[in-house]
Amino acid sequence: MGKSSTTKDAQALFQSLRSAYSATPTNLKIIDLYVMFAVFTALIQVVYMAVVGSFPFNSFLSGVLSCVGTAVLAICLRIQVNKENKEFKDLPPERAFADFVLCNLVLHLVIMNFLG
Amino acid sequence: MARNFGFLVLILSIIFVCEAAIFHPISESHRSAALEVFTPLDGSFGSLEEASEALRTFEILGIGNELNIRDSTCPSVVETLGSSSSSLKDLFYALRVNKLLKCEINEEIFAGIASRLKVSVHEANSLLDFYYSIGSLRLIKDQTSEVDAFLVDADGIFKSIKALSQSDGRWRYSSNNPASSTYAAGLALETLAGVVSLATSEIDQSLIGTLKNDIVKLFDSAEKYDDGAYYFDEKLVDAPEHQGPLSATSSVVRGLTAFATSTSESLDLPGAKVLGLAKFFLGIGIPGNAKDFYNQIDALACLESNRVSIPLILSLPATVLSLTRKDQLKVRVNTVLGSAAPSLSVKLKQAFSSGSKDASIIESQELKFDQENDVHFLDAWPKSVDVGNYVFVFEIVLQDSEHKKIYATGGRTKVPIYVTGVIKVDNAEIAVLDSDIGSIESQKKLDLARETALSLSANHLQKLRLSFQLTTPLGHPFKPHQAFLKLKHETKVEHIFVLGNSGKQFEITLDFLGLVEKFFYLSGRYDIQLTVGDAVMENSYLRELGHIELDLPEPPEKATRPPPQAVDPYLRYGPKAEITHIFRSPEKRPPQELSLAFLALVLLPFLGFLVGLLRLGVNLKNFPTSTVPATFAILFHVGIGAVLSLYVLFWLKLDLFTTLKALGFLGIFLMFVGHRTLSHLASTSAKLKSA
Repeated sequence: MGKSSTTKDAQALFQSLRSAYSATPTNLKIIDLYVMFAVFTALIQVVYMAVVGSFPFNSFLSGVLSCVGTAVLAICLRIQVNKENKEFKDLPPERAFADFVLCNLVLHLVIMNFLG
Repeated sequence: MARNFGFLVLILSIIFVCEAAIFHPISESHRSAALEVFTPLDGSFGSLEEASEALRTFEILGIGNELNIRDSTCPSVVETLGSSSSSLKDLFYALRVNKLLKCEINEEIFAGIASRLKVSVHEANSLLDFYYSIGSLRLIKDQTSEVDAFLVDADGIFKSIKALSQSDGRWRYSSNNPASSTYAAGLALETLAGVVSLATSEIDQSLIGTLKNDIVKLFDSAEKYDDGAYYFDEKLVDAPEHQGPLSATSSVVRGLTAFATSTSESLDLPGAKVLGLAKFFLGIGIPGNAKDFYNQIDALACLESNRVSIPLILSLPATVLSLTRKDQLKVRVNTVLGSAAPSLSVKLKQAFSSGSKDASIIESQELKFDQENDVHFLDAWPKSVDVGNYVFVFEIVLQDSEHKKIYATGGRTKVPIYVTGVIKVDNAEIAVLDSDIGSIESQKKLDLARETALSLSANHLQKLRLSFQLTTPLGHPFKPHQAFLKLKHETKVEHIFVLGNSGKQFEITLDFLGLVEKFFYLSGRYDIQLTVGDAVMENSYLRELGHIELDLPEPPEKATRPPPQAVDPYLRYGPKAEITHIFRSPEKRPPQELSLAFLALVLLPFLGFLVGLLRLGVNLKNFPTSTVPATFAILFHVGIGAVLSLYVLFWLKLDLFTTLKALGFLGIFLMFVGHRTLSHLASTSAKLKSA
């Protein structure tokens, strides 16, 4: 009895989460998708390193850090673009995107230098 | 080791032989060397002068057939003789070559040359002109009897050549050149001899008499080496026509013998000097260049058959003789070119040990003659000759008293002789003694003829005694140059002791108590090595005797340390150990399939991303539609793509500075278009909101 109620609760929780998330604007969803993409790419590289070994260590680091850095920057973008976030109310999303592009270019310059 | 020692003895004996300067007549080695020194290039020599010298040398050595240059040289001889513009020198050498090769020359050509030469003899004012003209005329006279080569005014020519002579017997090259030369004197004598033989009437005897005086004066200026060799040298070394002692001496010898032959006068020159000249030429050995070779051989050939006195050379096939092998003392007497001497006997006048010059150990005795081998030999060694270094004094006695006028034997000849033999080693013993009472603890007989491997042990209170006897084949005690005992510790520290002798007996006693300090308190194994050697000892040896285990007391605190051992020079200067470079081994790489699989796996999230975008229903409706903003938007995206491509290039080949420079320009461009695009977007969204 207790068990099925837990499952039900969980199901109800997921249901509510999904319905709540579906209300999220599409552009935020795109950013979420992008973050997921970056994180999974990083995870695959970590798995590869675990399987093969860390020989070109700087390459591994740049690969992972590139993904992680992109993900972090994307999250920052999401924070700024989110309309419900009152803190960045005055900041236009275009300005946030420009920041995102600039930061990405600088990050990848460093990554490329480090790649070896 | 023993072989090395024998080699040393050999070298020593060779050095002694060289110092003694025994002169050997011309032999086979000269013949084979001549074939190497005179090598025609492409079948002919560079000039007729070289060809004539080569031909003459080969003729003297009796190997004239070896030089096959007739076909290549005769055309140039004919050309030189036929041309009216040939110089006197060229004519002279062409005629000399022709004398030996006998090319086919017309009688008319000879006649033409002869008349031309006669004119030039009268016009000549330098010695070389006289020399070449008269020499050529003589050669024509020898080669053909048809042509008249005789000189009518021989006295006048004789006088004009003699006018160039100096008071000391030397000659000048020309009347306006005051420097006198010995080489020129030789040329002048040869020329004058030619004049005498070409003269139609008898030359004035007083002229010949003064010339004989000149020759005697010239011989007074001959210089002498310690070994009895005489030679002539130029006084003025820096003169342009300077000739070395070899060519000067050979020129004088040529002139002298030519003069003696043509005048049939008797010249009273000391036999020792003529013999000394022969020794000078023989002492040179085998010259390395063709000119010297010719000068040596030609001068020796002149001496071989001259009318003054013919030198006889006493030589020994071997000066190192073994008593044990019963080598015979053999002596050879030859002329300088190696042909047989007239009947004579060789006397051994004296022999003394090279240390003490006074006491002769041999009575004067005559050597027996072996007709077959042409050697004089001593049939039995005198009992008094033991191993050692000796000087033997020989004398050549000519049997025919007439011969004494013809031949120069040079009186007594001193020859250093080395008598070697096997030395007998007896009563060799090695013993370890107790120090205080002198009682023998262990004693061993040694056989020094072969390797032994002793194994002894002693402490610092004991002594080591080694003794042996050396006797010569005749039973006398023998004292070698070297008799050493060497003790060598494991750590390469060596100690060398000289063995003293009392009569026959060689003995050494090492008292280890007194030697403890010298041995640096080093206990342990010492290798024993015994060296006995001498130049006349055939069985010199350097023998490893074995080892002794020494038990020495502990060193006190202030004891001297053993010196650091000298580094072996072979190690220091020899080849160093090869340096092998070790490169870092490449890291282990995963199999290619695995990497490719992961590459595909990395692309999966990107695919997922694209699929997700489609699911979300993403569109490009916000992309500006009017021309100008759309251009900027496209440029913005192109700019970002350009920057990313630049990064790829940076990764692949560019360096940081190039990249940053390009990035600067791209960045400015990107900022501009980005600003335009994004502000356009912002203004559109603002309009939407307000509307």
